[in-house]
Amino acid sequence: MRGAKPTGCGSPVCLTAHTLFSLLGRRECGRHRAAQKFERCRSYRKSKMKPMITDRKRHLVTAALVAPAGLWLLVFLVLPFMAMVVFSFGERAPEGGYQAAFTFAQFANLPSRAAAFWNTMMIAPVGAFLCLIVAYPVAYYLAIKSDPKYRLVLVSLVVVPFWTSLLVRTYAWMYILGSRGIPNLLGMIGIEDIRLLNTPGAVLLGIVYGYLPLMIMPIYVSLEKLDRRLLEASADLGAKPVSTFFGITLPLSLPGVMTGVALVTILLLGEYLIPQLLGGGKVFFIGNALVDLFLQSRNWPFGSAIAVTLVVVVVIVLSVAMRIAWKVSGSRQVDLV
Amino acid sequence: MTAAPANDIEFRSVTKRYGTVTAVSDINLAVPKGAFVALLGPSGCGKTTCLRMIGGFEQPSEGTVLIDGREMNGVPAYRRPVNMVFQHYALFPHFDVEQNVAYGLKQARPKLAAAEISARAREALEMVRLGGFERRRIHEMSGGQQQRVALARAIVNKPSVLLLDEPLAALDKKLRTAMQIELQTLQRELGITFMLVTHDQEEALSMSDMVCVMNAGRIVQMDRPQDIYDRPADLFVADFVGKTNRISATVEPDGATLRLSNGMALAARSGLRPGAATVALRPEAIDLVRQSNGEGSPLAGIVTHRIFLGSTAEYQISVDGLGDFLVTADRRSMQEGDLVEPGERVALTFDPGKVHVFPA
Repeated sequence: MRGAKPTGCGSPVCLTAHTLFSLLGRRECGRHRAAQKFERCRSYRKSKMKPMITDRKRHLVTAALVAPAGLWLLVFLVLPFMAMVVFSFGERAPEGGYQAAFTFAQFANLPSRAAAFWNTMMIAPVGAFLCLIVAYPVAYYLAIKSDPKYRLVLVSLVVVPFWTSLLVRTYAWMYILGSRGIPNLLGMIGIEDIRLLNTPGAVLLGIVYGYLPLMIMPIYVSLEKLDRRLLEASADLGAKPVSTFFGITLPLSLPGVMTGVALVTILLLGEYLIPQLLGGGKVFFIGNALVDLFLQSRNWPFGSAIAVTLVVVVVIVLSVAMRIAWKVSGSRQVDLV
Repeated sequence: MTAAPANDIEFRSVTKRYGTVTAVSDINLAVPKGAFVALLGPSGCGKTTCLRMIGGFEQPSEGTVLIDGREMNGVPAYRRPVNMVFQHYALFPHFDVEQNVAYGLKQARPKLAAAEISARAREALEMVRLGGFERRRIHEMSGGQQQRVALARAIVNKPSVLLLDEPLAALDKKLRTAMQIELQTLQRELGITFMLVTHDQEEALSMSDMVCVMNAGRIVQMDRPQDIYDRPADLFVADFVGKTNRISATVEPDGATLRLSNGMALAARSGLRPGAATVALRPEAIDLVRQSNGEGSPLAGIVTHRIFLGSTAEYQISVDGLGDFLVTADRRSMQEGDLVEPGERVALTFDPGKVHVFPA
């Protein structure tokens, strides 16, 4: 049939459908009645899906893909969190644990753990910042200066520490910083009475050491994506290397920096191991307070109140960080590594 | 007082090697002030490397590059009085249009006043007809507009030479033609040297007043566009610039007679080196004559394809004994409103003075 141009999106699928329907004596294949459906037809063509797949079937596929993770999160995250919220308004049973009640007493009692909050809120951002200072040059070297031939090997080396448990590595730091470690060596050359272990400095050192790879990676990724011609263009326009770095390289790697800082800060807010081992009870985090409350004094409601507060704080920190990152990078992409 | 150097750019036996690969070998080049020069060649011929050596992104392995009469070896890109329009523009995505253009001005030491920077950036944007777009983000601009931003950014520092690396490659044909005219106008207004790298011969011929054809790291010919086209230095140029029919031939011992491989003899200009040769003949140098009665002409054949181009038509003709020929026929030269149909037999005639002979 010449001249009778088929309507629709023109994809082979639609054309076939049209031929079929016109053979059956119908003018439209039904799918083309509304402009919306027309659009959907185009998306079928793009995804190269089978033509007759229905919306219901697609929803089933979506459900099948999401269900395992969704169920897992529901049972092991959402429900426990709800339980925790409920607990936080309850009372400690006389023999420890939880006793149903509705009181704000636990939240009112938060100031008694002010030291833990203070330590966490101070040391976590400072630790993340120190991590950033150490990580940026490494990421910069890996992404821009290193020989592409060896880049993969060098980047792999960054994650080598993960091959051993953080616990073992932090124990090693305990020994190095402890009285038989560096202070002992310093003692040999006459510098006595240096205490390194169980100080905020030791905790910060452990943090930078433990979280460095998590900071390097996102920064590396954003620097690696950076178009080298932009750096050439900057030099071409008369910018000295330092100006190019602060004018072009740094701003364009900010999404990676923000990702790294947010990632490390959030993980640090819940940190337990490093302050436990290197802070020795003198420098303790919210995480340590939680362990103490749940396992030692068995004050579940108060522990829950602290945990809920921590979650709220993390959510606030995250949303503020994302907002800044979006504003700076001018896009809404979320590339958490 | 020393006289100002007449050349803006000079290459003195410049060679560039990457490992064992020689990208540019022993190039000598002098670009006079205020010229519009095109470096033309197929990809990988070293033209971009040459441009990058002027820009300061590559250093020559041997030889010297001079800008404004000053040796540039070891001088970093940010200290060179040239600016470049990059192939894919390389605009800063985190700046708006005006910030992009102002970037070069902000690098000036001693610092310029903010008001002056803004005024000069806007002036440059006006020159490329982008007034009113100052606050736009780069990704909100079309390809042609981005091209203009890149131009404005590169001219705002008033460089003595503007380098353009395939500046029009990403634009569609219509926009490309418009930009060709605009670039020429801009060059005349600014009065500075433009150096353009392109693989598009049409672009090179139409815009520049000097074309430098490169092949395999060497300069093959440097001439005015019309000379490049009319008097190609060798077979490569004849082939690369415009379309060419190649015919294998022999130069007779007298050095003035050419014998084509189908036996046809041609009187050529004398002084040719006897021996095997290749004859190049432009498609538009050939005239077609209908040959209905089949009488003998030394060069005849059957039209196999016709490409109608409006004012002209291109024919592919299978010539007896010589293979396929390409002929472009101006339609006015044909008889009243007719085109030769595929399958028709035609005789080919041409002025022997229009052939180019190259030793094989």
